[in-house]
Formats: sequence, C-alpha cells, structure tokens
Amino acid sequence: MRDHPATARKTGLRPTDVSNPQYYHKVVDCQWACPAHTNVPEYIRLIAQGRYTEAYLVNRESNVFPGILGRTCDRPCEPACRRGRVDGKPVAICRLKRVAADHRDEIGHLLPTAPAQKNGKRIALVGAGPASLTVCNDLMPLGYECVIFEKNASPGGLMRINIPSFRLPAQVLDEEVNYILDMGVEVRYNTPVTSLQDLLAQGFDAIFVGSGAPKGKELDVPGRHETDRIHIGIEWLANVHFGHIDRIGERVLIIGVGNTAMDCCRTAKRLGGRDVKVMARRTRKYFKASPWELEDAEEEEVRIVENHAPKRFIVEQGRLTGMEFEVLRWFEKDGRQRSEVIDTVVVPCDDVILAIGQENAFPWIERDIGLEFGEWDMPVVDRTTFMSTRPGVFFGGDAAWGPENIIWAVEHGHQAAISIHQYCQGRPVSDRPPVGMTLTSTKLGMHAWQYSNDYSAVPRQKMVHADLKSRFEGLNVEVELGFTAEQTAREVERCLNCDVQTHFTANLCIECDACIDVCPVNCLTITPDGEEADIRTRLSAPAVNPSQALFVSPSLPQTSRVMVKDEDLCLHCGLCAERCPTAAWDMMKSDILLPYAGASAARRSPSAVGAA
Amino acid sequence: MTSIPKPRVQHPSSTRNALGLSRRDYEGGMSTLCAGCGHDSVTAALIDAFWQLDIEPHRVAKLSGIGCSSKTTAYFINQAHGFNSVHGRMPAVATGANAANRELYFVGVSGDGDSLSIGLGQMCHAIRRNVRMLYVLENNGVYGLTKGQFSASADIGSKSKKGEPNVQPPIDPVLLALTLGASFVARSFSGDKAQLVPLLKAGLMHGGFALVDVISPCVTFNDHEASTKSYLYTRQHYHEVAPVDFVPLRREIAAAGPVEGGGAVRSVTMHDGSTVHFRMLADDYDPTDREAAYRYVRAAHQRGEVATGLLYVDQGNADMHGVNGTVDRALTSVPFEELCPGNAKLQELMEEYR
Repeated sequence: MRDHPATARKTGLRPTDVSNPQYYHKVVDCQWACPAHTNVPEYIRLIAQGRYTEAYLVNRESNVFPGILGRTCDRPCEPACRRGRVDGKPVAICRLKRVAADHRDEIGHLLPTAPAQKNGKRIALVGAGPASLTVCNDLMPLGYECVIFEKNASPGGLMRINIPSFRLPAQVLDEEVNYILDMGVEVRYNTPVTSLQDLLAQGFDAIFVGSGAPKGKELDVPGRHETDRIHIGIEWLANVHFGHIDRIGERVLIIGVGNTAMDCCRTAKRLGGRDVKVMARRTRKYFKASPWELEDAEEEEVRIVENHAPKRFIVEQGRLTGMEFEVLRWFEKDGRQRSEVIDTVVVPCDDVILAIGQENAFPWIERDIGLEFGEWDMPVVDRTTFMSTRPGVFFGGDAAWGPENIIWAVEHGHQAAISIHQYCQGRPVSDRPPVGMTLTSTKLGMHAWQYSNDYSAVPRQKMVHADLKSRFEGLNVEVELGFTAEQTAREVERCLNCDVQTHFTANLCIECDACIDVCPVNCLTITPDGEEADIRTRLSAPAVNPSQALFVSPSLPQTSRVMVKDEDLCLHCGLCAERCPTAAWDMMKSDILLPYAGASAARRSPSAVGAA
Repeated sequence: MTSIPKPRVQHPSSTRNALGLSRRDYEGGMSTLCAGCGHDSVTAALIDAFWQLDIEPHRVAKLSGIGCSSKTTAYFINQAHGFNSVHGRMPAVATGANAANRELYFVGVSGDGDSLSIGLGQMCHAIRRNVRMLYVLENNGVYGLTKGQFSASADIGSKSKKGEPNVQPPIDPVLLALTLGASFVARSFSGDKAQLVPLLKAGLMHGGFALVDVISPCVTFNDHEASTKSYLYTRQHYHEVAPVDFVPLRREIAAAGPVEGGGAVRSVTMHDGSTVHFRMLADDYDPTDREAAYRYVRAAHQRGEVATGLLYVDQGNADMHGVNGTVDRALTSVPFEELCPGNAKLQELMEEYR
C-alpha cells in the first residue's frame, strides 16, 4: 500500500518489552512518582468497593503510615496523576488514603507479628521517627531485635513534635506508631545518643541512623541576638507541642515560605497571633510550600508577602518592634534569576519565627571511626544501599541527605531494612532483590471488566474544613473533616485505573483501525516502523509530553507496520479492547511486586481485582 | 459496539477547523455495529472529511436505507439532518431532498444489499439523473444483518463462513456506474484512510453524483480465509490506480509533493474550483477517459486485483438541477406565493393544454 513504504525496519524502534515490570509501572504515574511506590489505583478501587480495611492494608504495605500520610503527605503522586493532564485536577489521592484509614475496621490481628524465636541479630536505631520505625516494621517480623534510642519521651520524631495537631491528631499518630512498637520494639526514651563510638561498642549487629535534620537554619542579620522574641521554626513548633510555649504576640512575621513556615503561621494564629504575615524573598512561583498548604494558610487569613528580603531586626530598648526588609524586583539575566532592590520597608511586629530550612547536625558522630564525611559535613551514604562507609552503619530519612518528607523517610527505611537484612545474613548489601510483576486480564465477558472503565467527568471533590471560628478554639481541633461518603463515591470514580493496562498482542491484529477510531484521546497509531523521533511526528495526535513512554508493537501480520501507543493521556477506558474484534487489545491489570526485607517480590495484601 | 459511549475528553492539542470545531464535534451516536466492522472506519473517515472541509453540521443531510451500512448515518454529525428510509429507497429520498433544498451537502450511505439488490434500480436512476450527492456504498459481500448470506457483490468462488462457495456472478458497482454515465466513480478500502478521506472530500465537492464504493469487511461473517472481501485479501490484492490529493479552493494550492518512484501529477478542477491532484504511478492511466477506466477496472478484476482510487471523474455534466432548469435556490427560501401561485394560475396553465 502506498501509505506504507518499507522504511528502515532494521533501524526501527525495538518492540517495547512490556514484560519488564518497569514499563507498566511507569504507566501508573502515581505509583511511579511515589517514593514508596504505593499501589494507588488498587486501594482506590478497594475504597470504591467499601473495603476500607483492605485498602488500608494495601497502603500500609508500602507506606506504613496511611492515617498519618493521608493527612500530611507531600503527595508527589498528585502532580504526577494522569487525571491532572486530562481535566486539570489530579485525583485527591492523599485524601482518599485518609478515607481508608478513617473507616478501617480493627486491623490488629491482620498485621505481621514478630516470632517468639528471635534470629539472634540485634539492631540499634537512632531516633524514633518514620525512617527508624519503618526499619523496625520490616525487620521485627523476621526475628530481629530492634532497640530505638530516642531523645524525647514519646515516639514519632518530627511527625509528633513538628506537625501541629490541628493537621495530625495525636491519636492517629499513636495508633500507627504503636502497630510497629507493639511487635516488641524496645524504645529507650529520653536517651539521646551522644557518641556513635559508644553505641558501636555495645555490640549491635547493625546500626541505623534515623535522627532527622533537627537543626533549624539561622538568619544572622543585625539585631538577631538582642531579643528573645525571635524563634527558630522547628524548635518553636516543638516547644508548642511540649506546652513550653502557649502564646505569641499579636503581630507575627514568619520568615521563609516552605511547609514548616505554613505550620508556623497557622500555629501562630492559634496562639494569639492576629496579624500574621509570611515574608518571602521570591515570587509565588518559586515558593517551596505545597500549593494546598499555601491555600490552607491563606484561608486562615495569613498574608503571604512576596519579594521581601530580611535586612535587619529593629530592637528598641530591648524590645522587638519590627523588621526591615528590602523589596526586590526579580528579572532574568543570562538565563538566571537575579534581583535588584527597589525599596526598603519596615514591617512592625512583636514576634518573628525563622522557617528558612533545616540542617543536619552530627556532633555525636566521631570523625575517626571510619565513617567518612563529605560535602556540607554530611556523612557519605550509598544511594542504593543506604550504608555509610563504615560497614554495618546505615542512614535513612532526613539524616541521610538532608530534609525531605515522611514518605521519603519511609522508602529509605524499606531500602535500609533490605540492606540490614542482607548485611546481617552475610550477603552483599549491593545484592538487591528484583522487582516483579503479575499481569492478569480483567475481562469478565463481553464488554464486562473487573474495573469501572467508564470515564466519570465529575470535578475533584473539595475537602470540607472546620469553620473559621471553631478551628481556632483549640490547638488540636483538626481542620480537615475528611470526605463524606458522597464525596468519596465521586472521587474514587475519577481515578483512571492506570494500572489496568492496554495490553497488545501484535499477531492477533487485523489492522481494522477500530481501536484507533474509537480512542477518545487519539492515543493510537498504526504506522510504518522507524526511529522514535520520526514516529513521534506521525502520531494520530502530537505527543506533547516526551516524558511519557511510547509503546511500539512488533510488526503487524498483514502490512508489517507497527501499533504505536502514546501513554500520555490514555483514559484506560478500555474502548480499544471493547472495539477490537480479535482481542489483540486486552485490559490487563499489572501488579508491581516490590521486594521488602526478607520477602522476595510477592504480594502481601488483598486485591480489588481478581482472586480477592 | 462498545458498552460505554466515547468519553467526551479531548486531546489538549486537538486542532480546530475554520469553524472552530474539533473532530469530536462531528461525531454521532455510539455505534452498535460489531467490533472491528469496516463501517465504523468509514464513519471515522467521513467525520474527518467533513471536519477537514469545514462543513457546517446543519448544512449536511444524511440519508440511508436498511442494513448494517445504513446504520452508519447515525454515527456521525449529530447535528446534521437525517433520513433513514425504507430498504433500497434511499436514492429516491435523496433525490427528493436535493430537489427541495439544493444548498445542502447530501451524503447517502448504503450497502451492497441496499444498493445492488433491493435498491439497484433506485441507485441507477440517481446516477442517471446525476443527483448531486456523495453516495458511499459500504461493500462487504454479505448480508450481515441477516447472518451472512452472499450478497450481489460476492465474487464467484468466494466462500461463506460455513465453506459454501458463491456461484453467481457479482455486480460490480464501479463498472455499473461507469456504464450508466456516472460522473464520479471511485473505489477504496475502509482500512486505508489515507486514500479514503481525500476521495470522500472530492466526492463531497463534486458537482453531481459521486459514487465511492468502499470495501468494508464484515468481521463477523466475511473475514475468513476463503473470503475475497476480508481485510487480508483486500490488502493482498489492493491495487491503487492513481493516489489523489484533494485541494479545496480556499486553501492555498500547493503542488502535490514529488511522487515516490517518480511519475507525473495530473490535476482535475472540480466545479467549485477546488482541485484533485492525481499522482500518476507507473500506469498511464487517464481518469477522464470512461472507456479506458472501464477496460482498466475489468482487466484488473480478471487479474484478481482490486483497482482502487478515483477511477473516473467528469466535470462537464450538468446535475439534476441543471438538466431540469430548476430554481437556483433552496425551495425553503422561495416565498410561498411563488411556490404556490394559487388556483387562478393553475387554471391558466390548464388552459394552455386544452
């Protein structure tokens, strides 16, 4: 046929290898973006079926703290969500996670337990934060004895002392932390580790450092040390948590515009702050805080002021009266953002909270014990094994490479647990267990699938907040009320089920074009084979998102052309499979099997599809 | 057929035509044809053709008879006029509609049963009258709606799904149309939109009756090994006479690109000033020579090939309105007093015949 010149078949794209778990994994954008690779579509389907307990367990398998993360996660999954590219707003993944946590039944009997017979290996963990707790979660069922050294009187780390309770109720935190500790973890509270050498001398088989990034950054401008009304953000939040601080002046300035700044300004509003301003050096586009945290702060009438760089504190007769700022104008020069000062202003205030970042500090690690420190005085830690240069000492969470977030700490914990297990069993830590995948058809019959394939056009559901009066009545009044049953029912249907893959079998194809005609978003093309760059110019709809993969089939039987699919906007509606007369297209659920310490890649929790 | 309608989600880079409409705006109802039916591909090609030509949906009249093919009109341009007529009577309804409103675009979709059996006479007279319409004949060689009996276009020796060979000679709509004096005769394949869409566009812009015979395989009853109307057979015996590019008048006329493998470009200007470029391949084919076209198609058939492309076009013939000297407007825009001048005028006319 004229349309199909025999172009460069030899140099063409190799057919896409969909048996490699990474290919279909990457199609599941949310799961791929999640540091812990939580199986999001799976738990959303379980929620849709009202199976909250199972949904919770699917979550817990990878992210360990569904209730906590359902309220506080940094949600890397949501910006990645395919639905966001389809109608502008991602699925409210994080809030659905909370739905599963809020509505689960008693699950104690469903959790892994530690065997009575221990394996004889003892692990010391520094700090009882999310990273250390995850390590314990993975190692306790294998018979390890875990001992956590915690400087505070209660576990949880920053989840407890830095996240205000109006965002994360203490009861939610206690429950999920206790699931782990109740396996028999020994926690030595009020026991800061002051010397790694001493700890090493205690004969543990491995040591995990999960001590976080506990030091708030300083702002050394004139006046800094002339008053006690200037606070370091994370220390101030901790003091509020411990009850050492229960009030603040009426006019409060927060310096910095990250998520800690958002917690600070909202906490200040609850301790007597009336006029609370967040002062940012840059424009909104460059703010570090998540957009939703900014929105929540602004809802509470916090003002966010852009382009103000702190110059000095104004202290008159020992009393902080205000702060001087340089007003900046930003412009681009030589491809870089530069600023010039266009004005200087004084903003009156009673208190200032510095929330400009956190640093690691390891004064307790001796520098002569074979544990190398590198740039920025940070320990040298292997990116895959999480082991330091001293064998048997592992790092994870913020302690490894500086401040991240809870979900990263959890993933570090999983990986470090694999390494610790390898190390204690005398295997090389660089030996990583492989990722697996199962692929099962969701076809039940003629046009009947095991998932809800019809596209739901409903908009993203809006979280209902406690009203602006009642939420300020106490520090622990939770602001977000959770989704109602109706909201949940609507939001789950927004999920596109990206893990139900359009699986193509080339030798069944008769090239009738039916799938191409019916695809609502023009994902599919039958075209002569060629180089990827060339194929991208010949698609039914331009491939606007090069970060998304192109599937290229083996040669088709009748014309030797290839089937190409641009994964970018596929709705996973299954119409290609419904229209296909030969079942060359099938909707197959891919289940990525992630390895955990002591378990080869195998599913540990129930499924919403298939043999559940 | 699918269980759910196509979601109303569009690709963000989906382009819009001169009317600001996307292809999705030219879609129709959810198809209930078998999955993989060639007719659904013809539907997609029609959508593309109308969209590319920037034709306003309300200026289209869709007409059909009975059969799987005749369901097609329900699946494109929801906002067009439509008439699903009696079996084989679509050409008469189209003729009437065209007589009443010559300003619309007429597209009739029929099948080999509707056109070559029960409606054969109807189709012949529409051709003879040169009714300005695009006549799409979705040709699959079987009666799909009554479970796969041979139709009048089935080739001798082609076998039914049960293995029974056909013994009756076929009617080839292309040869028939050529002998009846059709002014636009084309053949295409539902599996080749690159060819089909330009042909449909040219047919819509043709000033008379435009027949496009589309081999449109029946996946359920006629896509097996011994069929001569299957996807595979058609691809193996496909012989494109002269690939065409359709260039509408209002677009800048860029010469068709160089033909792969060499060869000349031959252009035919349509009645509205638009152009059809024929890219002449190896054969010295003249698409304006009726006798040569007839010989060529017959010879190809005897060699076991399916000749496709715009096989014959003649821009010189007047259409039905031209032959009959009718009023130059749609009857809807003629004032009632003129349309119906009253009894006095009638009596006057009757007097002339006394």
